[in-house]
Amino acid sequence: MSERIREKLNILADAAKYDVSCSSSGGTRKNDNKGLGDSHASGICHTYTEDGRCVSLLKILLTNHCIFDCAYCVSRKSNDIERAAFTVEEVVELTMNFYRRNYIEGLFLSSGIFKNADFTMERLLRVVKKLRLEERFNGYIHLKTIPGASDELIREAGMYADRMSINLEMPTESGLKLLAPDKSHQDVIKPLGFVQNQIVQFKEERKLIRSVPKFVPAGQSTQMVIGATPETDKDIMHTADAFYRNFSLKRVYYSGYIPISNDSRMPILGTQPPLIRENRLYQTDWLMRFYGFHVNELLNDANPHLDIDIDPKLSWALRNLQHFPVDINVAAYKVILRVPGIGVGSAKKIVQARKFGRLRIDQLQKIGVAYNRAKHFIKCADSPYQLKDYQSTQIKSFILAESQSKYIKHDTSQLILF
Amino acid sequence: MQIYVFDGSLEGLLCAVFEWFERKPGQIQLVTKNDFQPDAFTAHLDILPEAGKADRVWKGLQSRLPKGWMRRFYCTYLSESPEAYTALFEFTCYIFSAEPGAENNYGNPHVLAVSKTAIKVEREKHRMEAFIRFQHTADGIFYCGIDPDFNVLPLIMSHFKNRYADQQWIIYDINRKYGLYYNLEKVEEIKMDFNEPNMLRPSSGSLSDKEELYTVLWKDYFKSANIVARKNTKLHVQHVPKRYWKYLTEKQQ
Repeated sequence: MSERIREKLNILADAAKYDVSCSSSGGTRKNDNKGLGDSHASGICHTYTEDGRCVSLLKILLTNHCIFDCAYCVSRKSNDIERAAFTVEEVVELTMNFYRRNYIEGLFLSSGIFKNADFTMERLLRVVKKLRLEERFNGYIHLKTIPGASDELIREAGMYADRMSINLEMPTESGLKLLAPDKSHQDVIKPLGFVQNQIVQFKEERKLIRSVPKFVPAGQSTQMVIGATPETDKDIMHTADAFYRNFSLKRVYYSGYIPISNDSRMPILGTQPPLIRENRLYQTDWLMRFYGFHVNELLNDANPHLDIDIDPKLSWALRNLQHFPVDINVAAYKVILRVPGIGVGSAKKIVQARKFGRLRIDQLQKIGVAYNRAKHFIKCADSPYQLKDYQSTQIKSFILAESQSKYIKHDTSQLILF
Repeated sequence: MQIYVFDGSLEGLLCAVFEWFERKPGQIQLVTKNDFQPDAFTAHLDILPEAGKADRVWKGLQSRLPKGWMRRFYCTYLSESPEAYTALFEFTCYIFSAEPGAENNYGNPHVLAVSKTAIKVEREKHRMEAFIRFQHTADGIFYCGIDPDFNVLPLIMSHFKNRYADQQWIIYDINRKYGLYYNLEKVEEIKMDFNEPNMLRPSSGSLSDKEELYTVLWKDYFKSANIVARKNTKLHVQHVPKRYWKYLTEKQQ
């Protein structure tokens, strides 16, 4: 028996690993029934795989049998791979036993579509119900919404899951049509909208009646594949921004495409996944959500692509030198936050500390500001007086000269002859 | 400059502050009994911990600091380092002498030191919550041995108590030689004598029969979840520093 379960776990974990989301934060379930599990507000990453991605949930497919034939997916119908399916009991058993040993924060359950959407969603629902009701499991559950499933099933699943997600897959409708002709963005938008409405409705009701259960307390997320189709960074981030605004998503994930087939519409096998680009997109995402940047400031028709050699915040600052230098001792928090080399933590500390006296360079360094980067954009109590105004290209070369990119393996600077 | 010698307890540290305000000797040096080297040219004062005095200082701090800062104070104390004790002493003196709200002055070296040390301790606490791997022993208890850099057991207790309410567990700090035992009712502090060679991860002889299966399944899962095309060893080691690998089931050969 143990051999068969090992085999299934290998197949179904392998097929699920391309889903990026692994967050376990935002759960609010408390262990008040003397059961197993209690949510940790900030989530916990229990380990990291050798590619540096966090493992916090047991991420598996219920089955990799699928009736769809999407070119970007390993589980597509036409792909000749081993197929397997877990029973409801097997998933519950694995989750409970992994959780008891503190291996995981909870379960991330997804599935290929077998038979039809409702049949699949009903199976997923049976797993979460068994975990919550029979096993008194209070850990985190991330459940995939199956596109096309009925509203009743989705509503019921939302009562037991902490987060629900549904993947956009391609940033634009045309990209999706190219690789998965059976699918459209509408299939995603409808259930996303439905769950969002329910979340709002349940929250309203909870204000009046305390005993109304929580509905998807950790919110919704989605994912886009990057680099399989020729979208610009601008297309990607504008789509992300629209989804953040329209559906109050907690996260949009960007997943660099890893070639898995010889399909001529996509990058060939053996192409390196676009890791730097993925990194830059996440940086832009963070700037939009935590640094008060509007997506148009970072990506617009004049700059449809993000710089590869410098991060988007520095790149914005270099394009907008008229806003700098910023005086650290008087500028507003929001303005300080826009300085390259100053993050949310240091900006907050600066605003608090300057009430006690004008801040100097050495204090900024101790507070945690990346001073070598920030010095081109700020003034503080003992900034040296500068006669000359530098051009943005000069500042860029100063910063690049003294920083070492983690992506460039070998030093490419020219040899000195004399 | 005078040397204040205290016993290393939180009570002793608070009493040192009390004595300083009673005498106002100016700059002093604070050392623990164990680190103290008598010096012919410097006078020293032995601080005797007294509950009454310590209590007054603690209450005074509570009235001046918000809850988050009281936690930082306690965390910094648990780091058990001489620099942290000195920083706490200076920090407390500063808080009592400056106007209210002075804890936000990150330009002050002692405020910054306490804040930074607290972050280090919280990080170690969080790592323990993440990297502890229980093993199910033959007598039905989930066991894990740890040797954290800081004394974090008091900080992680409630997390594990809330989470694993329906199973008995033991977390044992093998360096500080004490542990926590949850008996399905409450958590108790315990001391144990081991005859086990590896106290971090007991050998298979003393484990339950299901344990091996789940160990193997977890190792399999860890391997399957990896995407080989994205291999990034540097990032992997940054997130899971090598000194913790000895805890991790998935990292055992």
